[in-house]
Amino acid sequence: MKTLRQRLVPYGLLAPGLIWLILFFVVPMYFMGELSLKTGSLESGYQLTWATENYTDAISNYSTQFGRAFYYAGVATILSLLIGYPLAYAIAFKGGRWKNLMLFAVIAPFFTTYLIRTIAWKTILDDASPVVSVLKTLHLVAPDGRVLATSGAVIAGLTYNFLPFMVLPLYASLERLDQRFIEASKDLYASATQTFIRVTLPLTMPGIVAGVLLCFIPASGDYVNSTFLGGTNQAMIGNVIQSKYLVVNDYPEAAALSFTLMAIILVALLLYIKFAGTEALMGEEEEAT
Amino acid sequence: MNRGPIRWLREHGVMIFAILALAYMLIPIAVIALFSFNDPTGRYNFEWVGFTTEYWQHPFKITELTDALVVSIRLAFFTALGATALGTLIALALVRYQFFGRRATNLLIVIPMATPEVVIGASLLSFFLTLGIFDLGFTTLLIAHIMFCISFVVVVVRSRLIGFDRRLEEAAADLGSKPLTTFRTVTLPLLAPGVAAAGMLSFALSIDDFVISNFNSGAEVTFPLYIFGANQRGIPVEVNVIATMLFTVTVIAMLAVIIQQRRAEKMADKRADDAKTSAVSLPI
Repeated sequence: MKTLRQRLVPYGLLAPGLIWLILFFVVPMYFMGELSLKTGSLESGYQLTWATENYTDAISNYSTQFGRAFYYAGVATILSLLIGYPLAYAIAFKGGRWKNLMLFAVIAPFFTTYLIRTIAWKTILDDASPVVSVLKTLHLVAPDGRVLATSGAVIAGLTYNFLPFMVLPLYASLERLDQRFIEASKDLYASATQTFIRVTLPLTMPGIVAGVLLCFIPASGDYVNSTFLGGTNQAMIGNVIQSKYLVVNDYPEAAALSFTLMAIILVALLLYIKFAGTEALMGEEEEAT
Repeated sequence: MNRGPIRWLREHGVMIFAILALAYMLIPIAVIALFSFNDPTGRYNFEWVGFTTEYWQHPFKITELTDALVVSIRLAFFTALGATALGTLIALALVRYQFFGRRATNLLIVIPMATPEVVIGASLLSFFLTLGIFDLGFTTLLIAHIMFCISFVVVVVRSRLIGFDRRLEEAAADLGSKPLTTFRTVTLPLLAPGVAAAGMLSFALSIDDFVISNFNSGAEVTFPLYIFGANQRGIPVEVNVIATMLFTVTVIAMLAVIIQQRRAEKMADKRADDAKTSAVSLPI
């Protein structure tokens, strides 16, 4: 029989951290929800009027930016998966003694500031840069065309910035893959393609799910890439929230927009997990007893 | 033998692709370093003009930039301390104890990591505004940074705790050590690498954060915020110099840690071998 004191030990350990998270994550979310239903201005103060029109306005006025954010984030996530899977595969199975160096190269971008990395792309894709002139001679870009301030530039930036978040979980699940499954598949006369589609891919599904979420969620809320690499027609929902909070000070509608973004992502997350079915996300907790 | 090249491509195709992908990831870093030696004519450092080491000789000349860097380092230091302490305690509770509310706790750790930064920043700003706190600055930044780092600390420390050999603590208890003494002399030293890694991760996350800081900084300027502000009037070459310096220092520090760990592992292996070969070994 445990004494009361022993029962209280875990709560004592949890208390400081959880209080911090409740006070500065849960309560702020509640306040943002409340603010999104208020009317008023910064000068006259805000009253809770259950102004649901903040939401209908937010969605009807900014559906383009919402759509663009999910479209850009979606394309960037797919590109990251297409680039990241072979990369993770090569590191896990063909890396040999270069394995650690290759992994190091994957996380190296984290050692420079996110903003500076994004601005470096501005240099690379600048109108006068050699990259753009090569693209022009290859007729991939019109002679008077630009790369900067296009959707392509924003998507390239997003793909670049979130690629490591795709590669690392993929690598982790490929590394854990029991080689005997692949041998068994080959013994049973499966071709390399069949083995990949029917054995390797399903077994690394947890890594794919984790990578897709780690890529898609931050990318859909991002406004750094569209600010630096996009033009006026590339604004994403993050740009709108940022300017409404920090430039225009239209707090209730900005709060409504943030809440809508959060809600869409949570719903998408639940649907995706239900559809893709993974234990990877919460699985770690189950082991921990 | 005309199958040769195709076969070669089939065998090495993945590796070639991987090398190209890694180049894609590393080129921007090379560009940052290269343009720290540029000698731009105007305010904008986007086109290559000519080579100079001028900016490497006086990288800390711009006081605003240096101040912002100091603020960032101070913020990252206190964030690492706070988040590591709070997160390690949560990880200990999660791995070591069965208690009512575990699932809810796990959820509270995971959700902040699955929330877009812009939403976290916006909700904290809403919180401060609703409470009537308008003088945002270092304190509000610290509150925000500790908040978003806690989850990452829990994940890192927990993975270390799961592979922890509980028998070492039981041995200490059998030898008459009090629980707190056991924690201090056995648990903590064994946990140290995980805690150190979590601290370093928090430091890195904090020093690099832009979005959440953008919402909660008030008049305080961190290194990323300085860059964002400077973007309009042209980013000075010194930013590239400092970024390259930070990159180099981090890489050297990482390599030092890796080499140190390898050496420690080798010594541990050697000791284990010695223990095996010696006649008297502990019957564990």
